[in-house]
Amino acid sequence: MALSREQLAQRVAQEMKDGYYVNLGIGIPTLVANYVPEGMEVMLQSENGLLGMGRFPTEDELDADMINAGKQTVTAIKGASIFSSAESFAMIRGGHVDLTVLGAFEVDVRGNIASYMIPGKLIKGMGGAMDLVAGADNIIVTMTHASKNGDSKLLPKCTLPLTGAGCIKKVVTDLAFMEIRNGAFWLIERAPGVSVQEIIDKTAGELVVPDVVPEMQF
Amino acid sequence: MSGFNKLVGSYEEAMAGLEDGMTVIAGGFGLCGIPENLIGEIKNKGTTDLTFVSNNCGVDGFGLGVLLEDKQIKKMVSSYVGENKLFEEQLLAGELEVELTPQGTLAEKMRAGGAGIPAFYTATGYGTPVGEGKEVKEFNGRNYILEEAITGDFAIVKAWKADTYGNLVYRHTAQNFNPMAATAGKITVVEVEEIVQPGELDPAHIHTPGIYVDRLILGTFEKRIEQRTITQA
Repeated sequence: MALSREQLAQRVAQEMKDGYYVNLGIGIPTLVANYVPEGMEVMLQSENGLLGMGRFPTEDELDADMINAGKQTVTAIKGASIFSSAESFAMIRGGHVDLTVLGAFEVDVRGNIASYMIPGKLIKGMGGAMDLVAGADNIIVTMTHASKNGDSKLLPKCTLPLTGAGCIKKVVTDLAFMEIRNGAFWLIERAPGVSVQEIIDKTAGELVVPDVVPEMQF
Repeated sequence: MSGFNKLVGSYEEAMAGLEDGMTVIAGGFGLCGIPENLIGEIKNKGTTDLTFVSNNCGVDGFGLGVLLEDKQIKKMVSSYVGENKLFEEQLLAGELEVELTPQGTLAEKMRAGGAGIPAFYTATGYGTPVGEGKEVKEFNGRNYILEEAITGDFAIVKAWKADTYGNLVYRHTAQNFNPMAATAGKITVVEVEEIVQPGELDPAHIHTPGIYVDRLILGTFEKRIEQRTITQA
């Protein structure tokens, strides 16, 4: 069975380590915050200028001056800090954020990512995504393996305009966990009950398949 | 005005000298920390052909979105736009130009502009549409593109507290782009929720020193919320 959005987030959360500063993008990446392993301290960075993002506020805590990068009202955890956008992107571009999780339309075998623009449709902008992919060393892309009509999103070469070139090394889809190395996708794990053949069929870019592909553990 | 006193008496005075065709740098992220009354004054003035440098363009009926109603904006330099129908209509009709700029690059362009640095190299945008036509240089085996700084004829800023000298403190994440915007205007105009006497703010806790501020005005703010997300108690 392909992973649900929640399971996908849960698998990504396993990549977090105690003491990590983490930036989570909008959509599935946001859900990752719900699955931080027990006993682990992780601090969430929101690129509008908040390190130590907490849960949504109660009615009493609601404050128009406290939002996250998705423009949602949030709270700050104990020990949080707040700063300017330039400071925030100094953290991001300076490589100080330990893990970045974001969504994408396409990823290719050279680690290119396309996530912000579909020509012919209204272009709303890249926000902080280009800075995040250029600045972080440890990036995980989460997305469905194929589009609704079955087209693979794991390509020999991205067809859409790029958000970043040669910067993606890990992809977690609803079917598989892959790493990108030496111009190919390397199959590391498969979703429980998903066959290796299905992953091969839905991966357009070169896929290296080891003899044994373990199932993801939850 | 005398000495270091930056206080002005009216919004009309605060935005005096803004002319058609000028570039305005605006603080704010979404609707958070936006100089909503200074934007209102620009609407009242009816100034047109303006270029705005701001992370976003407000929403229909609030923030910079209100300046679209009378087509006062010619060009937006932003990282994320299109939260408003009017914006989309004017963009598709060719009445509005947009220069999409990565958020960190936008912040750094303002910072550099205010700091007298004309341009900087960044890896952000290399190999993407943002990097097209820009100088590329390799440092330590990695490619970077040259991005130019931005300054404005005006900068409009929202802060929480100020003293009359224009020393500023921002509140929570309403800080965002405001400190960089404050440095990058030929004329920097700031509106605040509270004004105190010099000496009442801890000098070590000031976010923006008064040297960057030309005009200061006390306002009242609606502070509209864009995405109201709540935890049930």
